[in-house]
Amino acid sequence: MKPFGKVARGLAIAGATAGLMMTSAVQAADTIKVGVLHSLSGTMAISETTLKDTVLMMVDDLNKKGGLLGKKVEAVVVDPASNWPLFAEKARELITAKKVDVVFGCWTSVSRKSVLPVFEELNSMLFYPVQYEGEESSRNVFYTGAAPNQQAIPAVEYLMSEDGGSAKRWVLLGTDYVYPRTTNKILRAFLKSKSVKEEDIMENYTPFGHSDWQTIVAEVKKFAGAGKKTAVVSTINGDANVPFYKELANQGIKAEDIPVVAFSVGEEELAGLDTKPLVGHLAAWNYFMSVETSENEAFIKKWHAFIKDEKRVTNDPMEAHYIGFNMWVQAVKQAGTTDVDAVRQAMYGQKVKNLTGGISVMNTNHHLSKPVLIGEVQEDGQFDTVWSTDGLVVGDAWSDYIPESAKLTADWTYPWVCGNCVKPNHMTN
Amino acid sequence: MRAALRIIALVIAAALASTAAAQTDDATLTKLVADLGQKSFSKKSKAIDALFATGDPRVAAILEAMLSRNLYKQKSDNAILVKTKKDGKSVYQNPLTKTAIETTSKLKKVRINNKLRKKLRGAIGSLSLQNKDPVKRIAAADAVFKSRTKGMLAPLEAALSSEPDDAVRDRMRRALSAIQLVHKSDPEVRVAAVKTLGEFADPEVRGLLNSLLVKRGDGSHAEANVTIRAAAEEVLTAAERSAAFWGTVQNLFQGISLGSVLLLAAIGLAITFGVMGVINMAHGEMVMLGAYTTFVVQDIIRTTAPGLFDLSLFIAIPAAFLVAGAVGVAIERGVIRFLYGRPLETLLATWGISLVLQQFVRSVFGPTNREVGTPSWMQGAIQTAEGLTLTYNRIAIIVFSLMVMGVLLLVLRRTWFGLQMRAVTQNRPMASAMGIRTGWVDAMTFGLGSGIAGIAGVALSQIDNVSPNLGQSYIIDSFLVVVFGGVGNLWGTLVGALSLGVVNKFLEPYAGAVLGKIFVLVVVILFIQKRPRGLFALKGRAVES
Repeated sequence: MKPFGKVARGLAIAGATAGLMMTSAVQAADTIKVGVLHSLSGTMAISETTLKDTVLMMVDDLNKKGGLLGKKVEAVVVDPASNWPLFAEKARELITAKKVDVVFGCWTSVSRKSVLPVFEELNSMLFYPVQYEGEESSRNVFYTGAAPNQQAIPAVEYLMSEDGGSAKRWVLLGTDYVYPRTTNKILRAFLKSKSVKEEDIMENYTPFGHSDWQTIVAEVKKFAGAGKKTAVVSTINGDANVPFYKELANQGIKAEDIPVVAFSVGEEELAGLDTKPLVGHLAAWNYFMSVETSENEAFIKKWHAFIKDEKRVTNDPMEAHYIGFNMWVQAVKQAGTTDVDAVRQAMYGQKVKNLTGGISVMNTNHHLSKPVLIGEVQEDGQFDTVWSTDGLVVGDAWSDYIPESAKLTADWTYPWVCGNCVKPNHMTN
Repeated sequence: MRAALRIIALVIAAALASTAAAQTDDATLTKLVADLGQKSFSKKSKAIDALFATGDPRVAAILEAMLSRNLYKQKSDNAILVKTKKDGKSVYQNPLTKTAIETTSKLKKVRINNKLRKKLRGAIGSLSLQNKDPVKRIAAADAVFKSRTKGMLAPLEAALSSEPDDAVRDRMRRALSAIQLVHKSDPEVRVAAVKTLGEFADPEVRGLLNSLLVKRGDGSHAEANVTIRAAAEEVLTAAERSAAFWGTVQNLFQGISLGSVLLLAAIGLAITFGVMGVINMAHGEMVMLGAYTTFVVQDIIRTTAPGLFDLSLFIAIPAAFLVAGAVGVAIERGVIRFLYGRPLETLLATWGISLVLQQFVRSVFGPTNREVGTPSWMQGAIQTAEGLTLTYNRIAIIVFSLMVMGVLLLVLRRTWFGLQMRAVTQNRPMASAMGIRTGWVDAMTFGLGSGIAGIAGVALSQIDNVSPNLGQSYIIDSFLVVVFGGVGNLWGTLVGALSLGVVNKFLEPYAGAVLGKIFVLVVVILFIQKRPRGLFALKGRAVES
């Protein structure tokens, strides 16, 4: 079987290369272990690698300050390779074999849904840093990214306002998976509640990594020609955004005519693009690199020093990990242990300074209170904030605009102790 | 919107009344400029209107600085400064006197949003309607058309009366009619404006006319006057008829464009798989290597000779061919030649190679996408009045793919190497007996196929992401095209790619991108059931062996 020997050798080389990228999981007696579950290869590597580095930076920083509870903190990195079932396997490996105390990870909602049963079965803790569709609250997950009411709804409200151009007609573009479909369901219900007619909404889905946008962009143009101000709401995910924006630019669609507001495009995604033709297109996030606060300045400086590249940008999910990690550290200190149940109790009401000048709070529905910012793309690939909420917005796990969800409450403290209940589990009579 | 326009009009009228002379005194102007630094966008908008209404010749430069985000507010006294570059350094100037100012106070950028951007473009346009350059005058008229502010009526009429160039006059008349339609109250003028706009009937004009026909929530029409609605409807129905035809042309172009991308991705595979019979799963990675070669070439050009940037793709083409071709030869000599006649093992080995190559590129260039710039001649599009949009990058790729196809056919048919290649694939022992070094020919053929895949990577870097996964998204499509077109037949690959592209694009508007692709797959599967050898089956003895 000579040829198979070769294949095996090839695979061994591939395996060895992948192995090099993982931090060796040496068993040390007195360490606290932090699991990092982000794809370092495959389609999502573009976004998730940065988050792995963010956690490594935070761990590094914590150790320089003397560790946690008198112990050294160690990051255990695994690579789920953008492969959704592999996420579940790697999560199990982290919790049972590597015995980590907490996990920071996942990007796409599919991957989160895939690891969810593992975390619930083994009663471990996951910090999920990305904006998502909501409609979920697990006892074992803390959602540090934006819920739809912290991103999608304010963005659409802005475009409806006079400053945003008073849009009357809507195109909902998305990648074909759970996040865009659920978000658009919520948006559709929201638009209807604002008396937007069915014929004024166009919905379109494309596969992951879609690269031929000619037809869709031409259709958007046609749809916009009906005499009402049109706006595009994009939940296009991953690197399909690059050819999408290129096609927009080439077909001469300017933000002044048809603005595109995106929920998955941040500084990192724009880094691979010539942004000159895209000036004015929008994004809604809870953080922009361009925000001028001393906390943000310090964070960017630390990031550049850690990654040894002055050109690297920061983005919203990085801030989410920053907040999540700091909250977890505070909760562990308060609880005096890394025991999952004790830390979870300590997490509620935990406050951390965010990077945009406010103080974020962890609520009992496992979602954060954060400010909402809307920014316009500039020539240098950064966003200029053109609108922001006055205070913090409490993340809402269950959307008020979907009738069956509006009834549900997520509250993991007494008397509710539930992620999706109509009435409390522990009734006080 | 209406109310806002009325307020703006009032502000302008008031401003016009107060400023008799064109040259406003500096104190007033400084105060108006300072108003640009207010936080609220609607207040900034009013400040722009007031500045514009002064008609002062210095206003255009200030508005332009605001548009390019070079206006700064000094925090200490709220004065507005203009940032300019001098010898590569940023210098701050007084916007009116242009004297340089040393500032120690904190500066805050004056922010603008889409609405202000549109307004600024319109205002700057209307101030440059008398520009010497006719191209600039056309751009100015178009900007005025887009913003349609009432205050622009007078400057536009003045510019139109003295305009010598017919083409520019046309654009100005278009802009003038749009403003008349929106802001005038005399129904006769407005009907005439609709008629004038009917001469143009491009998508922008159609959008404007359509907005007259919109029904409000309470059932009333946005445009109360029936005669004007009827006139607009007449123009639109006439335009609609031609729009359907041009829509089909647009679809056809998009289909051919998708087909040309498929052709480029598949044409190398048509050689390694089609002619040699090697199931080469690493084909996509050759495309990826080509794309990364383009990135490296551009990177070198950016640092050493930025002037050559527009030619970077032409330099990248031979480079990508050599890099991918060399890797191809190495793979053939190192692995594949031991596996001829064992398709399953070839498949596994090449798949392994593809993983190794991906990880190699990921380790060297990092997991994030690399930006490959588009030369200026490939940006933008030809836009016709009928609404047809032909983007330059797509046109370039269609032409390029046909050229690659042509050159490849020439090599196979007319060169000594092509002859040897065909001899070896048709009858290896006989070719060997005639003194052809079959091993060398195998290596070169595989290298040729890989090199062409590398060239495809140069083209694909212009429309897709340059990431380690670039190849994976094309490998399935490439096999589909080669099998559908007929294994071993280049013409089959051409016809297969173009027909799959066109069918896909005609389905997409109805079925969506996801379902459309599934439908095409099902059709190809059914077709292969009927004709297992594809569209253009090879006949003769070579097939039987």
